[in-house]
Amino acid sequence: MRVALFVTCVNDLLYPDTGRAVVTLLERLGVEVGFPAAQSCCGQPQFNTGYRHETEPLVRRYAAAFDDYDYVVTPSGSCAAMVRDNYPRIAERAADEGRDDGLAEAAAAAVPKTYELTEFLVDVLGVTDVGAHFPHTVTYHPSCHGLRLLGLGERPRRLLEAVRGLELRELEGAEECCGFGGTFSVKNADVSAAMGEDKVRHALDSGAQVLCGADNSCLMHLDGILRRREAPLRAVHLAEILASTQEEPYRPARPLPPVTTGKTRP
Amino acid sequence: MSGTYVGLPSFPRAAQDSTKDTRLRANLTHATHTIRAKRAAAVGELADWPALRAAGAAIKDHTLRHLDHYLLQLEEAVTAAGGTVHWAADADDANRIVTELVRATGETEVVKVKSMATQEIGLNEALAEAGIHAYETDLAELIVQLGDDRPSHILVPAIHKNRREIRDIFTDAMGRWGRPAPQDLSDSPAELAEAARLHLREKFLRAKVAVSGANFMVAETGTMVVLESEGNGRMCLTLPETLISVVGIEKTVPSFRDLEVFLQTLPRSSTAERMNPYTSMWTGTTDDDGPRTFHLVLLDNGRTDTLADPTGRAALRCIRCSACLNVCPVYERAGGHAYGSAYPGPIGAILTPQLRGTATELDASLPYASSLCGACYDVCPVAIDIPQILVHLRERVVQGGQVTLRGSRTTIKPAKGHATERAAMRAARWTLDHPAAWRTTQKLATRTRALHPRHAPGHTGKAWSDSRDLPELPAQSFRDWWQQRERAASAGKDTGKGPAAGGAGTTGPGVGEGGSR
Repeated sequence: MRVALFVTCVNDLLYPDTGRAVVTLLERLGVEVGFPAAQSCCGQPQFNTGYRHETEPLVRRYAAAFDDYDYVVTPSGSCAAMVRDNYPRIAERAADEGRDDGLAEAAAAAVPKTYELTEFLVDVLGVTDVGAHFPHTVTYHPSCHGLRLLGLGERPRRLLEAVRGLELRELEGAEECCGFGGTFSVKNADVSAAMGEDKVRHALDSGAQVLCGADNSCLMHLDGILRRREAPLRAVHLAEILASTQEEPYRPARPLPPVTTGKTRP
Repeated sequence: MSGTYVGLPSFPRAAQDSTKDTRLRANLTHATHTIRAKRAAAVGELADWPALRAAGAAIKDHTLRHLDHYLLQLEEAVTAAGGTVHWAADADDANRIVTELVRATGETEVVKVKSMATQEIGLNEALAEAGIHAYETDLAELIVQLGDDRPSHILVPAIHKNRREIRDIFTDAMGRWGRPAPQDLSDSPAELAEAARLHLREKFLRAKVAVSGANFMVAETGTMVVLESEGNGRMCLTLPETLISVVGIEKTVPSFRDLEVFLQTLPRSSTAERMNPYTSMWTGTTDDDGPRTFHLVLLDNGRTDTLADPTGRAALRCIRCSACLNVCPVYERAGGHAYGSAYPGPIGAILTPQLRGTATELDASLPYASSLCGACYDVCPVAIDIPQILVHLRERVVQGGQVTLRGSRTTIKPAKGHATERAAMRAARWTLDHPAAWRTTQKLATRTRALHPRHAPGHTGKAWSDSRDLPELPAQSFRDWWQQRERAASAGKDTGKGPAAGGAGTTGPGVGEGGSR
C-alpha cells in the first residue's frame, strides 16, 4: 500500500504542524508515508471564485504528482471534496468546450484514491482508537465540505471519543457553517465575521479548552476571531490531537487555556 | 424585473448594515431556527423522502425539457375550460396586459393573493401608475404593504418584523388604507390577526377583480393550484367576478397526478405541515360558482433564457418552498432585503442573476452571497444543486462568455471590477503550477514573517482583519521540514538508523520550530 500525503497549500505554508502530525500519526499506525514534492494546490480557491479554467492545470498536476500512489490522504475535508466532487465536473465541462487534454483521465485517476484523513483511518485502516492521549476538553466543529460533500458522518467523533483523557463537549449549532467559505470571507467580510462570531460564541459556551476541526482554513478564520478577542479557547486540527500521545504530548506554542465548567456531553 | 429593485446596493454593502441591525438579526435567528427544526421533523416523518425528492426533480426536469409542448397543451385546456390565455415575454408585457384587463372591467381596485411572480414584475407599482389600487391580502404581505416596506422572504414576507413592530404598523397605517385598527390594539397574535381579518374582510366583499399567482398549473386539465395557509387566498380566488392569474411558465406540471408528489413535499419543506391548510384549485370558469371571467398571463421574463443554460436551468425546478432560505446562514445574518429581489436567499442568488442578467453591480454580487456550505442543497425538495449553480454563475460574472438573452446567443463581457482578481488568480495558478516558484514564494513569506502584522494592509486585508487576526506564519513550511527530514533520514541510513528512529522525523506535532497556534 503506497500512501501519499497531500498536505494542501494552506497547511504547507501556514500550518506545517498539521502535516507533521499526519506523518507522525500514520507512521505510528505502521503506514509508510510519501510526500511527492510536485504537489501544490487542489484549485479550490480558483474554482469556487469562478476561475474554472485556472484549475485545469492543477487537476493535471494533482493526478501526475500522485500517480505512483494507491492512496492520497489529506487533512482537509474541503480539499478532498474539491478533488472528488469537482475534478470530474471540471473534466466534463472542458470536454463540453472541446478541450480534453487528459483532464478526464486525470480526474478518473485522482478521485478514487483521494481520502480525507478520518475516512482513511476509519475506512481504509479500520481503526478508531489510534492510541492517542490528549487530556483536555474539546468541542468539535464539522466543516461543511467534510460534513455534506464527503459525508464524514460520525467518523471524526468516533476517533475523538477513543482518545484517552479527552472530554468531548457538545457544540451548539455544530452543523452550521463557520463563515469562512474561501474568498467569501473577504468578499462578504461582514456576513462572514457575523457567522464566525456566532460559531465562536457557541464554542466558548461549551466551556472547552480546544475547538477542534478537520480543516485548517475554517480554523484559521475562527482562530483569527478568537485571537482578536483574546478568548480562552484554542483552535487545533484534529490530526494534532490524534498524533498526541502520553510519550509525545501535544505541545502548543501558546499554552492551552484552563479548564472551565460548561455543558458536558451526556 | 421590478422597478422597485433597481439601483439597490450590491449584496455586501447592503449586508454591511443588516448584519449590524441587532433587532433584525434577533428576529431572523428566532424565526429561521424555529422553522428549521420543525421542517427537519416533518421531513423526517416520511420514510420515502429521498424518493419523493427525486420524483419531484424528475417531474420538473421532464416538464422543462418539453415545456413548449406542455405550455401549448395548457393553453388549449385553459381555453376549453372558459379561460383566456395571454403570453407575456417580460415584465412590461405582463404589467400592460394586467392593467388593460383591469381597466376593461371599469374597476380601480383589485385584491391580491400573495404572488411571487407579480412581486417579480412590480405589478403593484405598475397598477398604481394606472390609478389602480392593489390590496395585498396575505397577512404578511399586508404588513409589508402597510409598512411601505418590501418583502424579505418568499414564504414569510414580514419575517424581519416582530409583533410589536407589526402592532405599530397596523395602528399607524390601517386607517389610511381602509378600516382602521382598533384603538387599544395589543401585540398579541390573536388580536393582530383579528384586526387584519376585519380590515381585509371589507376589501374581499367589495372587490370585483382579483389577481393571483399559482403554485402549479396542470397542463392536461388547465387547472391552477394555489397553496396558502390563511384562507385569504381562497377569498380572493372565489369572491371576485374577474380573476387574473400571473404565473411563471416553469410552474407547469404535465398531469393532475404529478401533484401527488408536490402536495407532500411543498408543505413539509415550507411550513413543516403534513398537509397544506388551504389548497385551492380552479379550472377555467364554472356557471354560478367563482369568478365569471378568468385570465391566465403566462410569464417568461427571462425563464426561457435560463432554460437554455444546461447548468443554470435546474433553478427553474424551484417550487418556492423557502426551505433554502430558512437553513441559510448567510440569509439569516444578511436578511432578505440585501438580495435586492423578490427572490432572496440561496434560490434568489441563483435565480435573480439568471432572470435579470449579471450586468448590474447588485446582480453580479449575488452569486457570491454564499459560503457554499451546501445546506441549501441538502434541504431542497427538488434537489437543486444550488452551490454548483452559484459557482457556474460566478464564472459568468468574472469571465463573461456565452449566454442566451431574449432568445439569442450572446457573448457577454466579464462584470466590472474583477481585473485585479483575475490577474491574481492567474498569477497564483502559475505559481502553484511551478514548484520552484511556489517554493520561492513560500520561502519569501516565511523569511519575512517578522514583518507580517496582525492587521493586513490593502482593501482585501482590511476586509479580513477588521474582525480577525491573520494567522502567524511559521518559520518553516511543511515541504522544507519534509526535505530536511528526508536528508536526515538518508544520513541516518548511512549510519544504520531508519527514518522512524531518528532525525527530525520523530519530532512530535507542535514541537518543531514551526509551532504556530
